[in-house]
Amino acid sequence: MAKKVLLEKAHIKGIRAYDVYKAQGGYASVEKALKMDPAAIVEEVKKSGLRGRGGAGFPTGMKWSFLAKPEGVPRYLVCNADESEPGTFKDRYLMEFLPHLLIEGLIVSSFALGSNSTYIYIRGEYAWIVNILEQAIEEAKQHGYLGKNILNTGFDCEIYVQRGAGAYICGEETALIESLEGKRGNPRIKPPFPAIKGLWDCPTVVNNVETIAAVVPIINMGGEEYAKIGVGRSTGTKLLSACGNINKPGVYEIDMTISVEEFIFSDEYCGGIPNGKRLKACIPGGSSVPILPANLLLKTAKGETRYMNYESLSDGGFATGSMMGSGGFIVLDEDQCIVRHTMSLARFYRHESCGQCSPCREGTGWMEKILTKIENGKGQSSDIDLLWDIQRKIEGNTICPLGDAAAWPVAAAIRHFRDEFEWHVNNPSLCLTENYGLAHYADELSIVS
Amino acid sequence: MLKFSDNKLKEVKKIIDRYPQGKQKSALIPLLHMAQSEFGGWLSPESMDYIASLLTIDPIEVYEVATFYSMYNLQPVGKHVFEVCQTGPCMLNGSDNIINYIKTKLNIGVGETTEDGLFTLKTVECLGACGYAPMMQLGDHYREHLTKEKVDAIIEECRGKE
Repeated sequence: MAKKVLLEKAHIKGIRAYDVYKAQGGYASVEKALKMDPAAIVEEVKKSGLRGRGGAGFPTGMKWSFLAKPEGVPRYLVCNADESEPGTFKDRYLMEFLPHLLIEGLIVSSFALGSNSTYIYIRGEYAWIVNILEQAIEEAKQHGYLGKNILNTGFDCEIYVQRGAGAYICGEETALIESLEGKRGNPRIKPPFPAIKGLWDCPTVVNNVETIAAVVPIINMGGEEYAKIGVGRSTGTKLLSACGNINKPGVYEIDMTISVEEFIFSDEYCGGIPNGKRLKACIPGGSSVPILPANLLLKTAKGETRYMNYESLSDGGFATGSMMGSGGFIVLDEDQCIVRHTMSLARFYRHESCGQCSPCREGTGWMEKILTKIENGKGQSSDIDLLWDIQRKIEGNTICPLGDAAAWPVAAAIRHFRDEFEWHVNNPSLCLTENYGLAHYADELSIVS
Repeated sequence: MLKFSDNKLKEVKKIIDRYPQGKQKSALIPLLHMAQSEFGGWLSPESMDYIASLLTIDPIEVYEVATFYSMYNLQPVGKHVFEVCQTGPCMLNGSDNIINYIKTKLNIGVGETTEDGLFTLKTVECLGACGYAPMMQLGDHYREHLTKEKVDAIIEECRGKE
């Protein structure tokens, strides 16, 4: 059984309420941290090796240490709860069932960073969770953990919940800041980074929900102890949201030492593929990261076991590997059509492009059109090369990473499933009624049950 | 002329107070949500102008935001809006069938409203319910693990509220 430090108490009855949460040891990290020097808290987070859980995996302690501290200028902590990456629903689970864990982490982090007004920017569709969070904030305030002069330390802090209104791009930190300022979610050109010039031009740290929640066990057990969980530079635990064609979709906390195969087939996690179908492919870290065929998913190109951690998932680079990303784990069984699935993701990115940069604004729509054509039996063989060309011209040529996020799924689908694209083009009628199936690599697989 | 109730105006003030002095524009997105729910489920030019006046910003600053975010309806919609997710993970679990079923059952296309003004069908992109697919948003809540039977029950439930 993997060690849990975030969700271990998620199933306790009534844990959403302050009294139960507190009785289970809640808010201990606030009591401890507010007696520490803020710089010492940053140091603990550095020691923990915690990496941003939103998708980029940037070391949190380092991000915190970049925060500028000019005299007389307010600093802000903003919690990114704009969870919108297809396949990802872990932050929702955490906020819905353990709202006080997030509030506790935010108080400690606000103290460490010197933020007196902290904002949770939550995607607008999670409307009911706003009430859950505001209730938790109210309870924390009643018990002296928020408001003026918290625990008689002289530290003041308020937490506010701000709802978005439907825009994937607002998960990008500078777009989020723009949105929080009441504007369109157009990402900013960097530098300057938010740590220097963020919300209302003040130094700002933007952290994902799960990242902030992880600060609680880090303070409670100490950074060094936390770093002992996991392996190598993948320290601590990671929340994974598993979905697609699996028996047990849901949110799981893993300690990053288990193999991908165990995660998919073990009853403790995904519980295998329904109806005796075989595994075709998987997007292991949210829709933006490269899709992998079953053979490269379970084993690396060198034939080694692939594990559920940052390093192992990216082993082989984009040629034969993928990424941990946001932990949105999407499984495709043998009946799924890669062209159709890629088309759906291309539509998503076209819909979500903010329209600032031409390569992304024009390219995402172009890719969707071509994929729709191929899927509907109207594609030509030159379309596959054209798709490849378009995605290459988007990647790296935009202000924010949405361009890359739109390009990678298309690139990986062509890289690993080109035969399936060609089959569509060569069989324009057949592809409307039949699926290509498992493809060439199926016989190499040991685990396909 | 459109106007929020006194209670809502108190709420408006509370929201504006979350931000530093002079940064009241930050309240725009929350206020547009409020306007949409108070003034008939959509944002008319009149209600957008009203929000601009409350925040002492130019109307264009409101329009450019209202047109950016997908949750704002810029045309009148039915009383119950079915927002069905069609992105990858929902598609893997049969969202296409659910969308087609709703189309047939209500005799409307995507983006259309039934003649009695009760239902609008919209398709939306990923709402973060991938493990509970297929799903739709109805008002402030999600309806998950959708089947044809569940869709029937939801339609009856909405009709029952009339």
